[in-house]
Amino acid sequence: MSCSDSKMAGGGRDKMKKWNMIIDIEKCEDCNNCFLSCKDEHVDNSWPGYSAPQPLHGQRWMNIMRKERGQYPLIDVAYRPTPCMHCDNAPCIKAAKDNAVYKRDDGIVVIDPVRAKGQETIVKACPYDAIWWNQEKELPQKCTLCAHLLDQGWEKTRCVQACPTGALSLVKLEDQQMEEMAKSENLERLLDNKGTLPRVYYKNLYRFEKCFIAGSVAFEHSGITDCASGALIKLLKDANLIKETLTDNFGDFKFDGLDEDSGSYTIKILFMDKEKTVNADLKLSLNVGVIIL
Amino acid sequence: MSRLIFAFILFNLKIVLNLKARLSTTFRGRLGEKEFTAQIKTRDNRTGRYFTFKGGRVISRGKVITDPDIVIIYHDAALGARLMTPWRSQLEQVSALKSFKITMSGPDELTSWFMETLSLMLTDGVEYGIDLGNGVKRYVNGSNGGPVFVYVKDNRILRVTPIEFDSEDAEPWTIEARGKKFTPPRKTTLSPYTFASKSLIYSKDRLLYPMMRVDFDPDGERNEKNRGISGYKRITWDEALDITANEIKRMKSVYGPGAIMSGTGSHHLWGILGYWLSSHRRFFNSIGWTPIMHNPDSWEGWFWGAMHHWGNSMRLGASETYGTVEDLLKDCEMIVFWSSDPEATAGVYGAFEGTARRQWLKDLGIKLVHIDPFYNHTAALFEGKWLAPRPATGNALSLAIAYVWITEGLYDKKYVADRTVGFDQWKEYILGRDDGIPKTPEWQENESAIPAKDVRALAREWGTKKTYLAAGGISGFGSACRCATGNEWARSMVCLMAMQGLGKPGINMGCLQQGTPLDTTFYFPGYAEGGLSGDLEGTAMAVNLYQRAPQLATMNTVMQAVPRLRIPEAILDGTTFGYPANPKTIEGQFMKIGYPAPGHSPVKMYYKYGGSHFGTMNDTNRYARAYRSKNLEFVVNQSIWFEGEAKFADIILPACTNFERWDIGEFANSGGYVEHGYTQCNHRVIHIQNKCIEPLGESKSDFRIFLELSKRLGLSAVFSEGVTELDWCKRIFDGTDLTGVISWKDFLKKGYYVVPAPKKEMRAPVSYRSFAEGRPKDTPEISPLPADYTENYGMGLQTQSGKLEFVCSSLMRFDPDDPERPVMTKYIPAWEGHHTRELYEKYPLQLITPHAKFSFHTMSDAKDSIINDITDHRVLIAGYYYWIVRINTRDADARGIREKDLVKVFNDRGAVVCAAQVTERVPPGTVHSYESSAKYDPVGEPGYSVDRGGCMNQLTPTRMMIEKSHSIAANSCLVQIAKWQGEAEIK
Repeated sequence: MSCSDSKMAGGGRDKMKKWNMIIDIEKCEDCNNCFLSCKDEHVDNSWPGYSAPQPLHGQRWMNIMRKERGQYPLIDVAYRPTPCMHCDNAPCIKAAKDNAVYKRDDGIVVIDPVRAKGQETIVKACPYDAIWWNQEKELPQKCTLCAHLLDQGWEKTRCVQACPTGALSLVKLEDQQMEEMAKSENLERLLDNKGTLPRVYYKNLYRFEKCFIAGSVAFEHSGITDCASGALIKLLKDANLIKETLTDNFGDFKFDGLDEDSGSYTIKILFMDKEKTVNADLKLSLNVGVIIL
Repeated sequence: MSRLIFAFILFNLKIVLNLKARLSTTFRGRLGEKEFTAQIKTRDNRTGRYFTFKGGRVISRGKVITDPDIVIIYHDAALGARLMTPWRSQLEQVSALKSFKITMSGPDELTSWFMETLSLMLTDGVEYGIDLGNGVKRYVNGSNGGPVFVYVKDNRILRVTPIEFDSEDAEPWTIEARGKKFTPPRKTTLSPYTFASKSLIYSKDRLLYPMMRVDFDPDGERNEKNRGISGYKRITWDEALDITANEIKRMKSVYGPGAIMSGTGSHHLWGILGYWLSSHRRFFNSIGWTPIMHNPDSWEGWFWGAMHHWGNSMRLGASETYGTVEDLLKDCEMIVFWSSDPEATAGVYGAFEGTARRQWLKDLGIKLVHIDPFYNHTAALFEGKWLAPRPATGNALSLAIAYVWITEGLYDKKYVADRTVGFDQWKEYILGRDDGIPKTPEWQENESAIPAKDVRALAREWGTKKTYLAAGGISGFGSACRCATGNEWARSMVCLMAMQGLGKPGINMGCLQQGTPLDTTFYFPGYAEGGLSGDLEGTAMAVNLYQRAPQLATMNTVMQAVPRLRIPEAILDGTTFGYPANPKTIEGQFMKIGYPAPGHSPVKMYYKYGGSHFGTMNDTNRYARAYRSKNLEFVVNQSIWFEGEAKFADIILPACTNFERWDIGEFANSGGYVEHGYTQCNHRVIHIQNKCIEPLGESKSDFRIFLELSKRLGLSAVFSEGVTELDWCKRIFDGTDLTGVISWKDFLKKGYYVVPAPKKEMRAPVSYRSFAEGRPKDTPEISPLPADYTENYGMGLQTQSGKLEFVCSSLMRFDPDDPERPVMTKYIPAWEGHHTRELYEKYPLQLITPHAKFSFHTMSDAKDSIINDITDHRVLIAGYYYWIVRINTRDADARGIREKDLVKVFNDRGAVVCAAQVTERVPPGTVHSYESSAKYDPVGEPGYSVDRGGCMNQLTPTRMMIEKSHSIAANSCLVQIAKWQGEAEIK
């Protein structure tokens, strides 16, 4: 697309294609290529009309959060890259004076590096902590979705280009199309209940926001202990069956996608002629340990 | 006729020199630098012409004069006519030099300048890079983490990106497996540290001018004990070079051969010419030196252990990997990653090329198991079963797996009978018939702490599924090979695969990290072929490059070496010994060397080049103490950044990065020990390394620094052969298969060439398939050497029996009674671990320090790089970026340690301040950090105090894995951790 397209004002908004970022938590391995390529692009580089240089240290326009779940040895680890959400109902736009933050027709939210000078309130307005205060320049700064590059015809932002796993992708769709895609691919948005309408969507966000109950089942026979492979494990809440699964050859099982602090559960184990029940009070992800039958 | 042609060429030379000066301001400036007269003539004085440089012009006459400043003599006019042309045969040029058919005399400063000027006639103002408009040019360069596009405006780098292919570049390969088609993305990937390049190039820690320690006086008091303490003052290049050159001469005249020691890091900035095996070796071979002998640092247990079972000496005992990507996708059912984290280590130089391929595993339903004391990044991304053995106990687990296979009949009996020797003897040991201890899963539980039930489950699944064993992150390597039991672990890996039928479909070594179906017949050298070193002994140049890119051979005349892990003892005690990592044949490692060598001088001068040992060797307070010894009379450090060991030098010579000079290279092509290492990549990308910007400050390329020193030693022609770095790039280019597919001009402009993948039927066969099927070796590598075959050439392995040996014939010959390295692999408890009771009670935590995820050894760490801002690399606390130690929640609770607390990790050897990361990614009792901090920052006296830079190797043991080796055992390291209260004392 050309410069004139992106800056075209008004008219046909709903039908207009806009940028959205999709982040798949399962594909993120914390390589930090997104974070670093963003710094490579913005530190010491001024992109007039889009952004002032990012300081060498301190700001995280692509902020990678880490989440470890469970206890040794049944754990998993996930990472959530968190850029500016480019909200359609952006609190930072409302908090800014003199149109210092504005929404482009292609969906990108830009902090004007001149008009925003001195406006620290813009930083505090963001519920995602995605805006950073540049003390030296007295400027709020954040991810620009590399608008300066997209306007030059680049098809990807630096972070998307740098991502080796496909965890980050950029799509340009009409809002209706994006909505359908979000539905069909189970995409979610952060703090969706706040009405900010982010343009950044997450896949497999459960790895970050939900929790699991896991454990290992073993049984004793002829004087030794072995893993109970193929044991039927039932998860009950308030005596209602929620989920069931079979253990793998190590006797391991895992019920994922549960809510944190969701109270007490009962785990029922059936293996050959043996049966056992374990209770769990779920706060954060839990490894109930080895259950020996 | 020849005389006429030669005279005509010389006449033209004058015309072109003046013409070029008229057209190019830089060339005009160059001509104005010197005033002198050069004579070129035939030996019989019958043909000649002199060139007088004066006031930026050249005056020339076809005459032989009596008093020129420099003289270049060609044996005869015919030779001159052939060699004074841009299209001369490089082979003839080198032959003529070697047989003294071309000679040169005069001061080096002038001869070197004159030869370079002639070369610049052709290359000055050469066009390169792609013009993107608005004053932006896109160049190509390379890195240890992949090739890059470099965007430059006004001599300043704007950005560094991965190379994305255009429509002209070759299409990738496709593998069909189990009804699916797999094609890699049409782009390259980069390692994280490569994205930090700009912040490193413009780092505030760059050395921008030569420096001398303030209290160092080469003619008076040298204050050696103040190394690492005193500050530095700026000096001129002439001063720095004169002092260094004079010290070189003094060493040779006062002490004789051996007094000058030099060493490099294991790695250097990317490029065939700039790597440490190139110009450094040419220079030092030319002056005579005591090399610092490298241990096989990432291989260790593979080299000193596994090699005896299957050979592969050229790969330092690690596995071949040809064809394994396709074989794995087609036939493998399970991968066991054992001490293998390719997502963190990138194999070596492989960026994230293997990641896209591992993402296919899920589509094929291939099961994964991860055996690692740390829940590593490969496990975190791809999941699977995680088993976390206590550090240095992995081979107890292997033996128990063998026990289950033997007792339950879950191994390939026919393969064992046909392709292996010694199994029955080992079986006796496994079953406990010789030592009374059956190596049962329950037995190993006491060692590894892995539940016996899990070992049985693993062994049963492995014994019934076609399984790939990824032992280490490429095939070879892995932290488990660098601990007290590293040998026995690596040996047991080979033995397990020997039981399962190594080489049969779906049964092999690897994890899709290496072995893509790329064209191995297209010749382009790796850096290990030695670039411009001319070194046929110390590099792999003799393999191919010496013939392909003829150059003057160089040879070190000093027969002394210092083992890298024993530098401190060599300096402080004056005596030490070691075993060489000679990969030629299995027995190469048995040839013990002593220091000092007979009739040689002990080391008196140390010329350090490249990365810091404080972060990478073991028990490294020793290194700091050695620097401060009077036994070292002179220390020079050639470095890009003011970091690590540079702060212990008397003279510092500032080098520039590869972005500020010319070079040439290929993505992940190291050659040598990792022959065809580019099969880690999805595409072969061969690239020029454009000089993107001028060297910062007064820094110079390594090549230029050595050239300047050479001039002061009368060695300039020997060192550079009279040509520039760009000419050397061209000479390498001319020696490769690139000449058939792309012109030099286009290569300079576009910057890279993608070698097309071969047709399906032309792909390399699968490694060990021919061995498994009893056929001659058919994979495209030249090792083993012909003499190392026992049967007909190509039949069998490199071992004496030609088979996989459970009982090693090489060890039977060398030392059958060595308790540290028995003839067959056994479990020998670590000499520092949970069995060393007294020490274990004092230091109850076992520290492992694998290769770092975000930095490449010391490269990219610290130096104000943006890598420091990665929250899982360093943690910013009160304005200081601390190294991280990962500790289990229970161990942290017991010590009152919380996330991001500053803690002191310590033992009798040292103490390092780290930021705590409280985690479940290590079991209780194990703590994890990374090796290779670039920053050494002692709080008190260097060598005797707490370091807050993060050099975890201050804590690791001096003891080698086994005495008859030269090996690091960093992952057998007992420590204690406590909150740090700001003290400088180690204990």
